Amino acid sequence: MANVLVFIDNPGQALKKSSLELLTIARSLGETAVAVNGELSDDAAGTLGSYGAATVFRPSAADLDDYLVAPKAAFLAAVADKSGATTVLLENSPEGKEIAARLGIRLSAGVITDVVAVDADGTAHKSVLAGSYTTTAKATTAVTVLSVKANTVDPEPAAVPGAPETLTVDVPADATAAAARITSREQKVASGRPDLTDARIVVAGGRGLDGDFGPVEELADALGAAVGASRAATDAGWINHDAQVGQTGKTVSPQLYISAGISGAIQQKAGMQTAKVIVAVNKDAESPVFEIADFGIVGDLFQVLPQATEEIKKRKA
Amino acid sequence: MEETLKIVVLVKHVPDAQFDRHLSGEGHTTDRDESILSELDEYALEAALQLAEARGGAKAGNKVIALSMGPAGAVNAIKKSLQIGATEGVHLTDGALAGSDAAATSLALAAAVRHLGADTPVDLVLTGMASTDGETSLVPAQLAERLGLPQVTFASSLEVDDGRVSARRDADTHSETVEAPLPAVVSVTDQINEPRYPNFKGIIAAKRKSITTLSLADIGVDSSQVGHAGSWTRVTAAEERPPRTAGTIITDEGDAGIKLVDFLAAQKLL
Repeated sequence: MANVLVFIDNPGQALKKSSLELLTIARSLGETAVAVNGELSDDAAGTLGSYGAATVFRPSAADLDDYLVAPKAAFLAAVADKSGATTVLLENSPEGKEIAARLGIRLSAGVITDVVAVDADGTAHKSVLAGSYTTTAKATTAVTVLSVKANTVDPEPAAVPGAPETLTVDVPADATAAAARITSREQKVASGRPDLTDARIVVAGGRGLDGDFGPVEELADALGAAVGASRAATDAGWINHDAQVGQTGKTVSPQLYISAGISGAIQQKAGMQTAKVIVAVNKDAESPVFEIADFGIVGDLFQVLPQATEEIKKRKA
Repeated sequence: MEETLKIVVLVKHVPDAQFDRHLSGEGHTTDRDESILSELDEYALEAALQLAEARGGAKAGNKVIALSMGPAGAVNAIKKSLQIGATEGVHLTDGALAGSDAAATSLALAAAVRHLGADTPVDLVLTGMASTDGETSLVPAQLAERLGLPQVTFASSLEVDDGRVSARRDADTHSETVEAPLPAVVSVTDQINEPRYPNFKGIIAAKRKSITTLSLADIGVDSSQVGHAGSWTRVTAAEERPPRTAGTIITDEGDAGIKLVDFLAAQKLL
């Protein structure tokens, strides 16, 4: 039976859904070991067991978070050697992909990113060119490193929970030598909204908002959604750059994407066309976004969005 | 006077994302006939030019080398970079490179950077924040790992001082400053600067700048280490996703907000 290693970085008090997804995929491929960096609460450790982890590896050093990814990759490479893992699964975040990249060189292992499904033989299915193609890829090496997109499987605990053994693995002494060190960090004020990249619903606004994101934010809050934006809106400074969806921003694949006042040019489409359901509101009937929308409204978003927000509040009450 | 810098900027020719892009051939690769300098690489080039200019530019001995790997078309990205202001261009090209995955590409680029640093060492390798051609974003990190260098990713500001690079990074939940000793690999975001356009003077000046062509033999890489033979992953199949089709389009008659909610309820999305 294959050995699968899952990397979970700073699990916090409760494991994120994307981590549970990785554990669910790992179990379908073989015996699961988990490498955890950072604090591991009792609750999170319990969840690792209920998702079938047989072994949990912790780093000997507590300062990996003081650096960008290089020492985490070195730690993970040491764990992969020790556990005999033939498949390593990571999150598909920018940091996850970067760790995967470095890990691949350390292990002489093929790395496949943007994975949406993994077959039992290690063949990975991925979505490329902004979702316009799906490809299958396979590593030709002894070890395969995969970064897996969020929202690809439903998390499911193991039928038989495990009681994982915890082992400490030495972080190689040279791990921090070739690493960029973090010298200061400021937390941003939390929006209280879900994270854009793995939100179930995204409400996004563009040029048509003319500087006022109020209607988009209110609809997002009524739906429990994340707020996104087109490049035109972030470039105009109407909303923080973090919110940009598209080729030069984030790629999202939510269950529902509501696009308001966005024309839907290729730059924007690249970031959202794999959404399950697309709703578009735009006053210009010729907007390209209507070519890909499941439900389109030609109208004034300053009328349509508040009306929808009120109606949702009424029905949820 | 600050020390001069030797900066390599990785530039890439990519299919123009304004048009439909397709995968073809045995390796399911993108067609690059109609290719342009990747927009995101322009920010890296601009950052390099600003660092060089702050130290007296080319006259003072600062070098900004635009390095591109790929078939003949890659020269377009290098020429554009020279017009914008790079001091020299290097084109790594060899038939054996075709079909290289990230591991093989990073191996060849690492050898090229070592080759370029053989006389005087390279201080910085700058890249864009991603490639816009649907590739994997793995190459810069793998290049850093192969060269044993630190990598600063997603820099939204960049300073070089006293043999160290420091940068600001903005993430969703926090901002941070990071620093690393030179040499280092740095990727910059599209927030770092406003890239300049080539002007007439630059276009004329570019004609006098040299583009060095390097083969695998020049950089000491065997053809078995790159291309399909040297790649650690294979794309086994590619399928074009059926295009999305338009659904119901209505014109607001005063109740479209309600109809929107009806649609969401019918889709069980409330």
